[in-house]
Amino acid sequence: MEFWNFFWTTVAAFFTLATFSFLYKDNPLYKIAEHLVVGVSAGFFVMVLWHTTLVPNLIDRLADGRWIYLIPLVLGLMMWFRFSKKLSWMSRYPMAVYIGIGAGVAIPLEMATKVIRQLNGMMRPIDWENFFGAGWLDVTAGFSGILLFVGAIAGLIYFFFSKAHTGVFGGVAKFGLWILMLGFGASFGFTVMARISLLINRIQFLDNEWISNAFDSSNEHYTVMYPILFWLVILGLVAYIVYEIIAYRRRGPEETAGTT
Amino acid sequence: MQQKHFWRFVIGLALMTMATALGQSEADPPVSDTLAVADTAAISVPAPLPVTNLIARDKPNDRGYGISLSWDLSPDDTGGTQSVLGYRIMRSTTPDGPWDSINVAGSGDALYDHIGPRHEGDSGYFPDHTDMYYRVDVLTADPGVAVSSGVVGPVQSRGQWFNTARTVVFLFMIAFCGLVIWFVTHARRGKDLYVRPLAGIEAVDEAVGRATEMGKPILYLCGLGDAAEVPTIASFTILGRVAKRVAEYQTQIIVPCRDPIVMTVAQEVVKTAYSDAGRPDSYNPDSVFFLTIEQFAYVAGVNGIMLRDKPATNVYMGKFYAESLIFAETGTMAGSIQIAGTDEIPQIPFFFVACDYTLIGEELYAASAYLSREPVLLGSLKAQDYAKAAIIVFAILGFLATNVSALGGPEWLAGFVDLFQVRE
Repeated sequence: MEFWNFFWTTVAAFFTLATFSFLYKDNPLYKIAEHLVVGVSAGFFVMVLWHTTLVPNLIDRLADGRWIYLIPLVLGLMMWFRFSKKLSWMSRYPMAVYIGIGAGVAIPLEMATKVIRQLNGMMRPIDWENFFGAGWLDVTAGFSGILLFVGAIAGLIYFFFSKAHTGVFGGVAKFGLWILMLGFGASFGFTVMARISLLINRIQFLDNEWISNAFDSSNEHYTVMYPILFWLVILGLVAYIVYEIIAYRRRGPEETAGTT
Repeated sequence: MQQKHFWRFVIGLALMTMATALGQSEADPPVSDTLAVADTAAISVPAPLPVTNLIARDKPNDRGYGISLSWDLSPDDTGGTQSVLGYRIMRSTTPDGPWDSINVAGSGDALYDHIGPRHEGDSGYFPDHTDMYYRVDVLTADPGVAVSSGVVGPVQSRGQWFNTARTVVFLFMIAFCGLVIWFVTHARRGKDLYVRPLAGIEAVDEAVGRATEMGKPILYLCGLGDAAEVPTIASFTILGRVAKRVAEYQTQIIVPCRDPIVMTVAQEVVKTAYSDAGRPDSYNPDSVFFLTIEQFAYVAGVNGIMLRDKPATNVYMGKFYAESLIFAETGTMAGSIQIAGTDEIPQIPFFFVACDYTLIGEELYAASAYLSREPVLLGSLKAQDYAKAAIIVFAILGFLATNVSALGGPEWLAGFVDLFQVRE
């Protein structure tokens, strides 16, 4: 790894550790990381918007003589009237067009994908062979099909809003809520596992990309600056931890604990 | 022995080179219809039989610029000499050429949709309402052996106004809109429409009161969705209600936005809420602001606000993704009351474990009606319930039909299920 590559890897490692420091409390290291990422991403977004949206979707098309794109241009310019107290009402028109078109496109799509396709999916035949006939092998598999159907119906009943959830209706709705909770529990465990893998990925970055390269003397570009950069970051973090310990002893836990 | 093999190899190589050269020289002129061009004796790749029954027609249910082709496979594709490698789709604006090669379909494929771009000047563009001619060449392993079908055409592409494959969506939309109009009309006439209490929403007033007592702000997030997304629109309605309460109690609201358009709409919503509460002068335009569009940079910024301003209440309504638990966990650490609502199913468990109240999926939409008590929203909610009842009835009927059919009942019952299929 060349020196400047390692330098930027060290910067990334520093901000990784600075972000992890949030687990202790809100602190200056986290604030540096936070303000930098917010500022850089906002600036980056402007350039991304210019190069991936405005230029190909508007400017290039107008340059090709597709004059229909004057309409979004005018609507976009109307948004700027927000800065005028007298004419700020004009900015509501592009917003209305945007939301109206969005809803118009979304509603039939949602109806097709989240209603009718799901409805069609509920109309599946049960594998009756699991209950009788030649099967008799996997009754649970047969039950899971029935449970899915009954659970879907009960879940739908839970989302009835114009009827009080009392009596038998309330009981079915409660069963529906239980089914939902079972689903949420499974989803929670699955996602937590995915998050753990993200953490492992970051730890591997610190180990493989940063620490290993800091002391890899077989690297043809290796100089004494590699470990110096590494130890500078470590010393900075240790200095901050010492400062926090001293502050904790001087002011007591209530003022320094901050968020926890 | 090795020398003998070497000379066999040299002679074989020379023969292959000659055969390839012969094949190339024959392939140079245009391939005539149903005529095999090959020196089969030299290269041992037999000329396959051509495709038959080639049909070209306008692609149905599309926006135009599409032609559907179908043909009967060459008898040498799956059977016969099995020498077919693929089918080359050729197109021309006249029956006599010149021919453009469009694409190659694999062996065994008897269908191809030729879909071009919409804009003139783009690569592969072809206009609607223009005569086109097609033919299909059968390809073999030898580039010199290609057998052409007869030419079909003229055929024109055109867009359709109505997608018949989605008729069921249209009918559902008509039925649903009818229900909405019916119930909205009834609600406007003053008919009282019951909405069951939602704990998360009833907590909003309590949460605003708590913020006022503590002298701390309320943090409201509209989610990471665009302004045109349905949960974001529902979130605006709830924001209006929260902002109105905030204005009445003279407390403070903070709305950091991830999308510039969402920010613009949220500013309008909060401003209108302050006006409705009779306190337009109390509205602070800086209370609704743009943070950044990058997901985790936005999360970092919001977390900083939570920890520094220590809002009494955090309200998360709208579309949330992987950041949901980070928000909710930080809010818990900051000691805020938290109310969340999203239709993103994978994120709901995270809100459940870390928030005081959570609106599940559609409850988010119901909340906006419950809070505003507007006839339009209440009528829509009632219509949604009736639509759900219809869905349950259809689901039970479909389930019974498909299972009775599977257990040996009449086959037409299985056809009932097909009525609810949305085709592409």
